[in-house]
Amino acid sequence: MPKLIRNRELAVDSWLLLEGDPAKAVPPAGDVIVPLAVWLGSRAALAVRDGRTGVWLAPQEDPAALAGDLDRLPLVAVSFPQFTDGRGFSTARLLRERYRFKGELRAVGDVLRDQLLFLGRCGFDAFALRDDQDAEAALAAFDDFTEAYQGGVDQPVPLFRRRLAAGSSR
Amino acid sequence: MYRYDDIDQRLVDERVQQFRDQTRRFLAGQLSDEEFKHLRLRNGLYLQRHAPMLRIAIPYGLLSTTQLRKLAHLARRYDRGYGHFSTRQNLQLNWPKVEDVPDMLAGLATVQMHAIQTSGNGVRNITTDHFAGVAADEIVDALVWCEIVRQWSTFNPEFSYLPRKFKIAINGAAADRAATWVHDIGLHAVRADDGPVEPGDPFPSPAVGFRVLVGGGLGRTPIIGHVIREFLPWRHLLTYLDAILRVYNRYGRRDNIHKARIKILVKERGPEAFDREVEEEWSHLKDGPATLVPEEIERVASRFTRPAYERLPAVDPGFERLRSSDKAFAAWVKRNVHPHKVPGYAAVTLSLKKTGIPPGDATADQMDAIADLADRYTFGELRVSHEQNLIFADVAQRDLDALWRELRPLGLATPNIGLITNIIACPGGDFCSLANARSIPVAEAIQRRFDDLDHVFDVGELDLNISGCMNACGHHHVGHIGILGVDKAGEEFYQIEIGGNQGETRPGAKAALGKVLGPSFSQGEVPDAIERLVRCYLDLRDSEEERFIDVVQRVGVEPFKAHLYAKTDQESRARGRQLAAA
Repeated sequence: MPKLIRNRELAVDSWLLLEGDPAKAVPPAGDVIVPLAVWLGSRAALAVRDGRTGVWLAPQEDPAALAGDLDRLPLVAVSFPQFTDGRGFSTARLLRERYRFKGELRAVGDVLRDQLLFLGRCGFDAFALRDDQDAEAALAAFDDFTEAYQGGVDQPVPLFRRRLAAGSSR
Repeated sequence: MYRYDDIDQRLVDERVQQFRDQTRRFLAGQLSDEEFKHLRLRNGLYLQRHAPMLRIAIPYGLLSTTQLRKLAHLARRYDRGYGHFSTRQNLQLNWPKVEDVPDMLAGLATVQMHAIQTSGNGVRNITTDHFAGVAADEIVDALVWCEIVRQWSTFNPEFSYLPRKFKIAINGAAADRAATWVHDIGLHAVRADDGPVEPGDPFPSPAVGFRVLVGGGLGRTPIIGHVIREFLPWRHLLTYLDAILRVYNRYGRRDNIHKARIKILVKERGPEAFDREVEEEWSHLKDGPATLVPEEIERVASRFTRPAYERLPAVDPGFERLRSSDKAFAAWVKRNVHPHKVPGYAAVTLSLKKTGIPPGDATADQMDAIADLADRYTFGELRVSHEQNLIFADVAQRDLDALWRELRPLGLATPNIGLITNIIACPGGDFCSLANARSIPVAEAIQRRFDDLDHVFDVGELDLNISGCMNACGHHHVGHIGILGVDKAGEEFYQIEIGGNQGETRPGAKAALGKVLGPSFSQGEVPDAIERLVRCYLDLRDSEEERFIDVVQRVGVEPFKAHLYAKTDQESRARGRQLAAA
């Protein structure tokens, strides 16, 4: 089981990430995260299962494919096959900022301590860390920086606007 | 200088702490080589042939004397007493120890410096015109815009793991001194009579905006950039950059490191299709919170120190007298002194291209001496140019004589700016593990050949650039003469191209890529080959005003090729003239 951080705390993971063959049987009960193709192909069948359903997106998959479903999805995951593949950062911002996804947004795969802060800024609130990571120690990474120049999902107003607001109120 | 506020300083300090912890975990075996590689690269630390190399950011090339003294100190303490100014206006130190790097960064942070994003697959140091802020042909002060874009790019959470590195250049003047056409994104400040000017706009009519070029670059696949927007009102600069970077981050190739730059995406999609994608993305971001406001432009501008110029006569009589009586002084003024927007002032280039010294290298002692001179002659600031020289941007005309006399014994007054001996070269095979061939000895051999010839024949402006491999760090594709080191069965050879041009540094020849002339030469043959090309040019030029690049653009490469590969000199000259006349 990967180690999970949710909302900057260690958390117990109830979700099963289904990878590999999309035709692989979905277990009859329990919370599952299915590949996008499985979700698009069997939404109705998944809805009557005993357990919640989330969807995971591969780096090249367009979050627009989920645009109509996000209201009823409790969880969307974005996979990072290698930590150096930064597409998921844009995917997360699109899910949060353009498609207004409010549920749990989880980074899965090659998820390492030194990427957590930026992942969080892009809208992820849950992180299934790679097995070898020290999850407890990794929590400190969220505080590596206490301010940021750009707007993000965590703080939509860029620093320059906040600087000006602070300056004019003085 | 842009002076940090508390937040700017805090971010740099926090970066030092973060990197210190990453280094500690690496040395303790908690981070793999591969994982640490990506972390150290985004802090400019390479582990290469002989020892590590630390690339220190000099944002848009601007340095205070306090900062230069700190660099000298670091070069002495952690390096072998010198540093290398690069074509990205940065400074590279070789031989620092990995475990010392956090302390070096802490030292840099005390003078508002860092090594943030000087390497790795993020947005690199923003580069600009080395005369920004003082050029007579200026539209906007590019330094202010560079700082705004620097802040946008620094620790940008979405664009820190791009497919590949990303280089942005901003030019604020009419002449392009920032090689903007060969950058991932090039920005030209422009004014438009019909552009929007809103109440409170810091720029009175005509409206100020940017021409946006995308997809230019050198390296293995050199490409001149495409204009995707003729006029972007300045307020929209950051949201538009967000749109370009997002399209690139999502769709740029990640399967092949040699096809991962944005230029390949633009080429494969086609500039029009790429433009449409950017416009679609931008339609969601336009007018969002990242839209710039006049107060921010003014705030950033006000954090730059500004020289307290004296009111001086436009022409200093003593200066004019010496120029007409002292040939050596006149030669230096002609090449190394440049016009200034304030009457009675000039900008001065300190040449780091003295024969026998690797281009761009400066010793720690030189750095200290330069800092002292900058305090006395130019308001305590200087710039690094992408041609690897240093600039004193604000020198009073009446002080030029004294400054020149002090620069000469330091070896910094070589009157060769714009000339063939002002060579741009990468560190090459002497230092770099990627290189196929050495570049520094070749540069030196050419300088030796032309130290006298240049003077005798008055060859005039000629950019000669040398890269030790096809990664093109020496910008050989945009040299009027470009030299590329290649490996032939374990031996170093050099391919020669001509006709490249970094851009309209003055009206006329546009940005262009050089064309390879033919088979490559051994190291010993290179100076002869270059001399043949120059002699061919001298035969063909209309007047001394017509530069080498102008002749190549007028007559094409064939006459040069014939001349270069002819068996005898006589034959080659005759053939060259025939071809030029045809």
